[in-house]
Amino acid sequence: MPPAIGVLALQGDVREHRVALDRLGVSYRPVRRPEELEGLDGLVIPGGESTTIGRLAERFGLLNPLRAALADGLPTLATCAGMILVAGAIVEGDQPLLGGLDVVVRRNAFGRQNESFEMDLDVKGLDRPFHGVFIRAPWVEKVGSEVEVLARVGDRPVMVRSGRIVALSFHPELTDDSRIHRLWMEGGGG
Amino acid sequence: MDQSNGMKTGTELVKRGLADMLKGGVIMDVVDAEQARIAEDAGAVAVMALERVPADIRKDGGVARMANPAKVTEIMGAVTVPVMAKCRIGHFLEARVLEELGVDYIDESEVLTPADEENHVDKWPFTTPFVCGARDLGEGLRRLSEGAAMIRTKGEAGTGNVVEAVRHIRAITSQMEALADMTDEEQADQARKMRVPVELVKEVASLGRLPVVNFAAGGIATPSDAALMMALGCDGVFVGSGIFKSSQPAAYAAAIVEATTFWDSPGVVAKVSRGLGEPMRGKEIGTLEPAERLAARGW
Repeated sequence: MPPAIGVLALQGDVREHRVALDRLGVSYRPVRRPEELEGLDGLVIPGGESTTIGRLAERFGLLNPLRAALADGLPTLATCAGMILVAGAIVEGDQPLLGGLDVVVRRNAFGRQNESFEMDLDVKGLDRPFHGVFIRAPWVEKVGSEVEVLARVGDRPVMVRSGRIVALSFHPELTDDSRIHRLWMEGGGG
Repeated sequence: MDQSNGMKTGTELVKRGLADMLKGGVIMDVVDAEQARIAEDAGAVAVMALERVPADIRKDGGVARMANPAKVTEIMGAVTVPVMAKCRIGHFLEARVLEELGVDYIDESEVLTPADEENHVDKWPFTTPFVCGARDLGEGLRRLSEGAAMIRTKGEAGTGNVVEAVRHIRAITSQMEALADMTDEEQADQARKMRVPVELVKEVASLGRLPVVNFAAGGIATPSDAALMMALGCDGVFVGSGIFKSSQPAAYAAAIVEATTFWDSPGVVAKVSRGLGEPMRGKEIGTLEPAERLAARGW
């Protein structure tokens, strides 16, 4: 049986993650309700607005089941808004978080939309550069001792891993390149 | 823009990418910092900074222009979600001012009084992305060929009546379906009629959808309206007067956000629609004078 991967589908670029998973031949399941988390082999938390996703998760009873799944070590790929949600803490604001990753994240760290950018990045575990698309992107401000940095822009971590949780500031799902999804599924990276 | 460290800003991918992040969400019209905070707390994915909501523009009359820059800046400082703002159709200087202020998206909008009766803004040279309204596929593709990075329907703003937005999304969908069945020659003929590059027509025919995000806008007043537009294939929803002209804005805003996520679950839409108080008072579009019909602005 191919692994069953859930994509948190409360809001955001769910469709693009589905396309990336399709390319890898993985079966995909949207997750909007607590019972849809059962039996998953992995979870993708997409890009979107982290305040919106967090508040919807709170209202529909998903916050605690998601926190438990992450604490339990469910393999998770979190992009942009996802990185904010899996952070242990954020620099400013009081929005609901899931935690799971021992990092402090700064929202909109690279600036507003006019500062959004694309660039090639060196990613640990990949043999050639990956084209990173950064949209009002966060960065990792502080990294816990168990967290490994897989990519940086300047000296700022933009891709980190701890156990089977991989979090990115950028959007591999907006390109045709599935290498980061594959790296995550294979449990690699560094 | 190409910077020395390899970072490229203002690219098509980056412009369209922000709209991708808004999918499945609700963008709310706000006129001050307090409304912006209410919208963000209710789960808005972005806010639209305005001087007056469309229902008041209709009531007050006069020339409707870009919001005062001080107001836009106040709203940008109040929330962490993206802030959009409207410029008049063809008013590329208002658009440049909004870009200078650092708004995240510019809506070249028929809700404001048009500044140019022949030309929409040439949107390619801007770093800030644009969203534009469309009543049918040709109008949407003309806006894309001018550089728009997101499309929305052009329902009658400020009426609380969803009928025009429904007409627009149905027209766009059926015209896209028709394209897919056409021969190369017929597609080329369509491109000429729509006055757009044939490559764009072919791209839409092969994708089966627009190459950008397509939201519903105009006349959406209730959670069920939002769910209807999602069911008809929109990627998300703009709500203008529907929230702050209702009797309980915070509750209305949250309910519309929830109905947009769970549009395919009538049980959830029913549950979130309870106890909301009065929606905005609607306006029958048939009672509008031709000059009051905002959707007819632009081409």
